[in-house]
Amino acid sequence: MTYTQIALMAVALSILCDGFLTRSRMVMRRSFWTAYAIILPFQLLTNWWLTSRNIVMYNPDVIIGFRIASAPVEDLLFGFALVLGILQLWSYWGKRL
Amino acid sequence: MLKFGYMAMLLFTVAGSFWLEIILKVGVLRRVKRTIFTIAPMAIIFLLWDLYAIHAGHWFFDSKQILGIFIPGRIPLEEVLFFVIVPLAAIMTIEAVRSVKKNWLVGDER
Repeated sequence: MTYTQIALMAVALSILCDGFLTRSRMVMRRSFWTAYAIILPFQLLTNWWLTSRNIVMYNPDVIIGFRIASAPVEDLLFGFALVLGILQLWSYWGKRL
Repeated sequence: MLKFGYMAMLLFTVAGSFWLEIILKVGVLRRVKRTIFTIAPMAIIFLLWDLYAIHAGHWFFDSKQILGIFIPGRIPLEEVLFFVIVPLAAIMTIEAVRSVKKNWLVGDER
């Protein structure tokens, strides 16, 4: 599988878990989207640092090649899946611990 | 100094988020169990992805710009720290949003 395919799958999985596993329903919440809107520019900035300086490099065969702030667009999917996964679990455990 | 290239990004993320603990008193680090239960499963999933991606050659790291410390599977230490620090920053961010917008639900209200 390519990075593109795995990243798309990760986003789909995190949304499915949000709706049916943790049932945190973060994607329906203003609090989540506001937090994501704050995180996103920082992701672009830190990703730019890592990719423009070639600290992290990508195999061109596994990405579609479209880049935003020097980073593969796939990284945005990766970041969204990570943030949604983390925040839905945070919400989930908050109710149970 | 070059070998701190990746570490610099992690320190920047710490600097950019941990002040919320002090100024907005978001109290994330105080809730140790909840924080561990949240971060550990995601860190494991993403490190498995990382492991696959490194070995399938999807991405790779400039050996001159990382510390050169690896966990088993040839995953750089920085990657492990990434999956702790970035989630912490995300949690602190949503808690900061809540501390400003007290009527916006996060879904953990009892």
